[in-house]
Amino acid sequence: MWTRASTTVSWAGAREAARTPPTVWRRLRRHRTAVAGLAVLATLLFVAAAAPLLFPEDPTEPRFERVLRPPSWEHPLGTDNLGRDLLARIAYGGRVSFVIGVLAVSFSALVGVPVGLLSGYYGGKFDLVVQRLVDLLLAFPGFLLALTLVAVLGVGVTNVVVAVGLASAPVYVRLVRGVALSVRQQTFVEAARALGASDRRILFRHVLPNCTAPVIVQSTLQLGTAILTAAGLGFLGLGVKPPTPEWGTMLGEGQTYLFSSWYMATFPGLAIFLTVLAFNLLGDGLRDALDPRMKLP
Amino acid sequence: MGAYILRRLALAVPTLVGVTVVVFALIRLVPGDPARLVLGLQASEEEVQRLRVQLGLDQPLPVQYARFLGRLVQGDLGRSVVTGEPVTREIAARLPATVQLAVASTLLATVAGMAAGVISATRQYSWVDYLVMTVALFGISLPVFWLGLMLMLLFSVHLRWLPAGGYGTPAHLVLPTITLAAFSVAIIARMTRSSLLEVLHQDYVRTAWAKGLGARAVVLRHALKNALIPVVTVIGLQFGGLLGGAILTETVFAWPGMGRLLVGAIVARDYPVVQGAVLVFAALFTLVNLAVDVLYAYVDPRIHYG
Repeated sequence: MWTRASTTVSWAGAREAARTPPTVWRRLRRHRTAVAGLAVLATLLFVAAAAPLLFPEDPTEPRFERVLRPPSWEHPLGTDNLGRDLLARIAYGGRVSFVIGVLAVSFSALVGVPVGLLSGYYGGKFDLVVQRLVDLLLAFPGFLLALTLVAVLGVGVTNVVVAVGLASAPVYVRLVRGVALSVRQQTFVEAARALGASDRRILFRHVLPNCTAPVIVQSTLQLGTAILTAAGLGFLGLGVKPPTPEWGTMLGEGQTYLFSSWYMATFPGLAIFLTVLAFNLLGDGLRDALDPRMKLP
Repeated sequence: MGAYILRRLALAVPTLVGVTVVVFALIRLVPGDPARLVLGLQASEEEVQRLRVQLGLDQPLPVQYARFLGRLVQGDLGRSVVTGEPVTREIAARLPATVQLAVASTLLATVAGMAAGVISATRQYSWVDYLVMTVALFGISLPVFWLGLMLMLLFSVHLRWLPAGGYGTPAHLVLPTITLAAFSVAIIARMTRSSLLEVLHQDYVRTAWAKGLGARAVVLRHALKNALIPVVTVIGLQFGGLLGGAILTETVFAWPGMGRLLVGAIVARDYPVVQGAVLVFAALFTLVNLAVDVLYAYVDPRIHYG
């Protein structure tokens, strides 16, 4: 969850490929680990989406007659300290984690992309101010920033989304600014300007499309990071409020029963791990597929 | 060299001042009246007003910030609302444990990560390479708190080799260090591998082989030296992640450090302690990045620091 700098995407040469999605899809399909990541994600998403059909009983309703049952045929992953089926709670928890991840990443992209675009394209004083601000935010370790924001805003789904989203917005500013800076100097932008294109037209028709590929790759990796950060907050008891099932919160509850009932902490963590792993596999695969210089089997 | 270090140090000052502004502003964003929060709902309006004046909350924000900064440079971060102790004393009591954990993890991550990266790069596309890279990919995807609990389950509950938590003896340090280092080991291994692979294909390395040097001399003495530069950057950047991870690791292993102090203060709404702890974390990260920049000058002779 604290990987902002380390997962920043190198996007060189990704532009040409981005214009022809079928090629990207074909390349991605030949990327074995990316396909594996996609398959895991599809499965997890399906289970989360179909949770109400697969597990009709309420995942928040205590069932005191069957607390802390180890895994069995009836409860494949066991039951928790309030007798709730862990598999059902993990399925419902996936809905919460995926929604938080998607919203947080959308939030940081919506804040970071326009700022980075303007900062890189116009340069000058605005750029200078924005970059100093980004420097300042990057002076805080990502998880610490999200944690502090939650401390200020309070717990709950919305605040977790805002905290996680804001904490990773600087990554998008940096990324998009870099692209805008290099595109600004390209001949085709000069040509567009010579033909009388307005700044607005150049930004939307020429600069923004060139940011698509790196932003897609970054967002895929960032989804894993966001889910991990949100789970970390939940684990500390500063995320989604119980009894709503959320993977990090469930793991935190499971810690109390670690010595007697190992399954309570083990399976929610496994779900987080698999999800983040799948996003990392897919993100790496997308990066390779969008880079035309990369040879794929 | 001395002048270079001084100049970098001077450049870090604005960043540190900016950090204090961010932290100050963030804490002021807390909804509600801090004085009311401290005294509780039963306190009378006069008492609350008196505390407001006492804390300087009746002053405009820039004045409040100037006072805050003035006290900060004298090492005064206010008092804990919960214990009444000076925040600096609370932090001083917890900082050594966090530094100990962070240093041990950085050492482990650097040694293990670089060793794994070198092994992987020198055997590119072999099964060892695939194994190391698969483990590294797992490493960057593991939730640090889950890894901690799983290690605890295996080594403390089942095998009974190591204590499940606490602080004091070297045995207590083992599991938290491994837990916290795992992510950085993976990142450093990946970076070392890709950086070393790039260098190994360069002409001067072929020359070294052609001279008849042994593998050890070629890889470790000639190639690795040049491959180190991006690795050093990553180690510095990792430190930020490490501090974030320390907050979670300390919670898992009941490690009496800054992370648990911060989390406890957040839960108790003890904002002076939250403010102090966040400041110290950010300052630590800034200073480590500064140290990395200086280290650069040693590793990379192309950097002029005259």
